[in-house]
Amino acid sequence: MASTACFMIVSRNDIPIYEAEVGTALKKEDAAHQHQFILHAALDIVQDLAWTTSAMFLKAIDRFNDLVVSVYVTAGHTRLMLLHDSRNDDGIKSFFQEVHELYIKILLNPLYLPGSRITSSHFDTKVRALARKYL
Amino acid sequence: MAPVAPRSGDAIFASVERVNAELFTLTYGAIVRQLLTDLEEVEEVNKQLDQMGYNIGIRLIDEFLAKSNVSRCVDFKETAEVIAKVGFKMFLGVTASVTNWDADGMSCSLILEDNPLVDFVELPDTCQGLYYCNILSGVIRGALEMVSMKTEVTWVRDMLRGDDAFELQVKLLKQVSEEYPYKDDEYSEV
Repeated sequence: MASTACFMIVSRNDIPIYEAEVGTALKKEDAAHQHQFILHAALDIVQDLAWTTSAMFLKAIDRFNDLVVSVYVTAGHTRLMLLHDSRNDDGIKSFFQEVHELYIKILLNPLYLPGSRITSSHFDTKVRALARKYL
Repeated sequence: MAPVAPRSGDAIFASVERVNAELFTLTYGAIVRQLLTDLEEVEEVNKQLDQMGYNIGIRLIDEFLAKSNVSRCVDFKETAEVIAKVGFKMFLGVTASVTNWDADGMSCSLILEDNPLVDFVELPDTCQGLYYCNILSGVIRGALEMVSMKTEVTWVRDMLRGDDAFELQVKLLKQVSEEYPYKDDEYSEV
């Protein structure tokens, strides 16, 4: 089954630092921008919700037609956002947790400036592999 | 006959004080990061790291000799073995292997499979020329200079640049003979 999924990491200063289309569905021309738009629009909701709960994983906080936004907020307020059309909650949660670990490894790299773009190709490959595994 | 030099640093490693590996790695990372910010040029950072290592090395050799009980090395081959097996173990907790001797035994390679300095590190495009572990080459150069060996230490392979191991080439330039800084008769009247 073809699925749509768009993954994005937004830094605490609301700057996107990593983006990846991880779905298997054929790409439409305008889809990428639309996905970005939906995710950015969800940021306000994340901001409100993040302080009401101690959980890091915020499930299905926003929807757009059949697409759902799930978010994972790290302790440093970096937001891992996923736009998806599957209903596989456990998979999404595991995906977030493992990407979080990868993100921590990136942060520990002394040559990475926190809040700057993640350009590591290793990270990119790993994220895509995780997406195939869990989503 | 002189006592045989210890062939491994395990015993000493067990007895010396240690710090948390992550603290060590991240502290070194912070130093490199700061140097990159301050000096801006990658080449300059390499030089500075080497100089810092040299300054560490000329002090570290004393501690090494005091604690490790190694005896005088008969030749450069033995020196290299002691550095790889005892020195690296004592201060970094890893051992290196010594290979690639040239014909006249004046240069060799120390190969590190495992290097605690580079955990987490990935070189971004902006610092491609950086020898991240350049401090190590400085340490070896400084330490050997204090025991009257002029050496030249260069990186041949670097895992951060996509190689499969860390390889340091140590080349013995000349053996400085030990001599007293004064002549015998100069102080004879004192």
